Amino acid sequence: MSKVLFDKETGPREVFCGLTSIVWLHRRMPDAFFLVVGSRTCAHLIQSAAGVMIFAEPRFGTAILEEKDLAGLADAHEELDRVVNDLIARRPEIKTLFLVGSCPSEVIKLDLATVAEKLNKKFLGQVQFLNYSGSGIETTFTQGEDGALKALIPLMETTDEEKLLVVGTIANNVEDRLKKIFKNIGIKNVESFPPRQSTELPKIGTNTKVLLTQPYLCDTVRDLKHRGCEVIHAPFPLGVEGSTKWILAAAEAFEIQELKVHDVIAPLISRARKALETHKEILRGKKLFLLPESQLEISLARFLHNECEMNLVEVGTPYLNKELMEEELKLLPENTKIVEGQHVEKQLDRVRESQPDLVVCGMGLANPLEAEGIHTKWSIEMVFSPIHGIDQAADLANLFSRPLKRNQILTTKTLATSK
Amino acid sequence: MELTLWTYEGPPHVGAMRIASSMRDLHYLLHAPQGDTYADLLFTMIERRGKRPPVTYTTFQARDLGGDTAELVKKNISEAVERFKPKTLLVGESCTAELIQDQPGALAKGMGFNIPIVNLELPAYSKKENWGASETFYQIVRTLLKKEVSEDSSICAKRWKDLGRRPKVNILGPTLLGFRCRDDVIEIQRILSEQGIDTNVVSPLNSSPDDIKRLIDAEINICLYHEIAETTCEWLKRNFGMEYTTTIPIGIENTINFIKEVHKKLDLPLTNQEELENKSKLPWYSKSVDSNYLTGKRVFIFGDGTHAIAAAKIAKEELGFEVVGLGTYSREMARKVRLVAKDLNLEALISNNYLEVEDAMKKTSPELVLGTQMERHSAKRLGIPCAVISTPMHVQDVPARYSPQMGWEGANVIFDDWVHPLMMGLEEHLIDMFKHDFEFVDGHQSHLGHTAVNTNESEHENLIKEDKSNLKEVIWTDSGKAELTKVPFFVRGKVKSNTEKYAQSKGLSEIDDETLYDAKAFFS
Repeated sequence: MSKVLFDKETGPREVFCGLTSIVWLHRRMPDAFFLVVGSRTCAHLIQSAAGVMIFAEPRFGTAILEEKDLAGLADAHEELDRVVNDLIARRPEIKTLFLVGSCPSEVIKLDLATVAEKLNKKFLGQVQFLNYSGSGIETTFTQGEDGALKALIPLMETTDEEKLLVVGTIANNVEDRLKKIFKNIGIKNVESFPPRQSTELPKIGTNTKVLLTQPYLCDTVRDLKHRGCEVIHAPFPLGVEGSTKWILAAAEAFEIQELKVHDVIAPLISRARKALETHKEILRGKKLFLLPESQLEISLARFLHNECEMNLVEVGTPYLNKELMEEELKLLPENTKIVEGQHVEKQLDRVRESQPDLVVCGMGLANPLEAEGIHTKWSIEMVFSPIHGIDQAADLANLFSRPLKRNQILTTKTLATSK
Repeated sequence: MELTLWTYEGPPHVGAMRIASSMRDLHYLLHAPQGDTYADLLFTMIERRGKRPPVTYTTFQARDLGGDTAELVKKNISEAVERFKPKTLLVGESCTAELIQDQPGALAKGMGFNIPIVNLELPAYSKKENWGASETFYQIVRTLLKKEVSEDSSICAKRWKDLGRRPKVNILGPTLLGFRCRDDVIEIQRILSEQGIDTNVVSPLNSSPDDIKRLIDAEINICLYHEIAETTCEWLKRNFGMEYTTTIPIGIENTINFIKEVHKKLDLPLTNQEELENKSKLPWYSKSVDSNYLTGKRVFIFGDGTHAIAAAKIAKEELGFEVVGLGTYSREMARKVRLVAKDLNLEALISNNYLEVEDAMKKTSPELVLGTQMERHSAKRLGIPCAVISTPMHVQDVPARYSPQMGWEGANVIFDDWVHPLMMGLEEHLIDMFKHDFEFVDGHQSHLGHTAVNTNESEHENLIKEDKSNLKEVIWTDSGKAELTKVPFFVRGKVKSNTEKYAQSKGLSEIDDETLYDAKAFFS
């Protein structure tokens, strides 16, 4: 392993909580509903992160706790029962209902597991109920997906069938593309988790080989292992390098010859490398600072350094699981500085000191940094955009080259800072 | 528990953040978990602020709960005071911290800082954003001015005469994430200055704790947004005898009324009353012949109290619309909105449920919707033109250009913003003439960039299909259907339901073209 420098930091943070992942999970599984049991803050958070863009009745909502619920005047379980009844009457097409715990529901120790169990009996054969926590006192941003997937695992039936299970939400078109590649190299039985319908869960067992698309699924991986699944160790499929190694690792697990894989992907690789060139022109030698948010930071840093020749100043991550990230850490350049956790003020001091050319950060920080003359890229875009796989490498690079290119185009360089 | 799919207002601590972010030299220590930092993006994204809100989140985690969260609070307070050197510190908690009862305000006060500390208690499980903003502004003013209260601290509104200077007023209520506050302040200051009145302090927007201490240098207060400043104005009246204005200067008549009210309170003679009538283009634009088509346009209004009430008056009296629905999401303003609705023979809709608002909108078949960002979405779904008049808003409702809602220029902006989504007068006439030509696409509006979504046939098929459940098999004949398609699309829904109602009341099983004309005669 190359020598990577690890640091830990604690203090005030500037990150989303796990509830935010509902924004992409509800789109992945359109037959599921996510009911947060929480406060007005939770409701406001999700609608703000979703961009207040509701063109139809959303498949997520909040059961807002009121004073009478907290004072024990109302039985929380009965109240939740009532809310769920209303909701199911209104949305009869719901097949799976996730009860999502929040900071307040965790603090008052509302037992959502028991509630889910009761509701499961009541709505047997109609709706299945699951629960997980997306609370900000336990989870950061993408960890919400980890919780939701973990909750689904007990519902997955057992099978001895050999299969490749691709785990982690990715864009549907990317999923189709990756499945086609696996088929072409000779892995016929490929399924995805989460599936496109919450009721069409893949079966799993000792002949299931798990390949992760996302780095933030620690708990899900642990439970899949408990069910006998074999986890394939690979870097994550971001960029040409990561995606190639990712596909090769799967091939190896299925005892498919490397040469056969190269036959299939070589044209894709050369096409992708060519497409990367224009972005590399802009990104080469530029200093990159990644603030912690999505846990994708390490993979992005690897891609932007190894394939786009950017220089890494600091790679922040909200949480670091060294086992899951092992293959990624090996690929990082010498002396990469990884900082786990955050003290947002001290980190911003380091940003200002190091004068990076590009900062990857959350939406709350982007415009203030732009106003200081520091270019930014929103990290939330990585979880909404199709960025996985060899074919998407140039699109991924484009997310980072665009802000720099824009700055080259604009004639007015001095920004009016908001006073 | 209340099922909420979307909420018009955030929690009360977001209201406190609106005050803190609007001001200078002030910092807000918020005892809250990491997820609550999302609120920063409201300011940096919707308002495009180039500055982070002056807020430190303690970001406590589950593992801290077993230990000493109070120590965490104190550590964050020390760091924030050291780093930001605020002249006043606000200390409060969000919903989760409220449950663990660390009392951060009391902790901060015990730390021996030499700055005023405002302890905010904002009940997160019963109150909302605007209340939180109002309470925070009031607590800041009270904390910074309570020492000045004494027996003889009464301020006489006429004292400027004895002091030998122009009268001075404070403009209270404008904040970030308020609707067009930035420009309203400029417009109102301009109007006051033309009348020979000076602005002493504008607050909270761009003011500092030092400015708050100077509030009592003015003779009266202008309460620009009741939601935010009324409590503060009341306190200043009670403790310093400062009068405050209650007229909201939106629309021509209320801008004039506002100017009259300010003059009366200050005992300043109003010498240019006739001139005021011609300060805005709205009255002439509204009188001009093209605006004839505005007469009786059905308009549905929903928003915060201040803007919904103002919109109802302008719609009815200054543009000649018919107000068919009026409501607010603001419980605090419910009484005032109900009074206005009563005058219009309407029942006010007081709701925080956007689906309920959408239903009410559908039922009244408006030709124009004036609402929040959410009503814009709903109106779009229903194919009804809409203008945004109130928060909550989208980044596009914070325009680069000067576009106030208040005063003379505000009236100009309102005329343009409300009338442009509609078809222009001459255009409406021409479309009526040519609508049977094959090139005609229903719903077309040449001055708007979009293309119409529906065609005559499919939409009328949809209309016929819709709502079948509550009808007792009234059948539309071919001649009836054909006649219905000739009705302008924006009133077709209303005509259809009226005709069906009529047919049912007459016990008819079929609707043909004649039934439609019978119904039309019956309802007119």
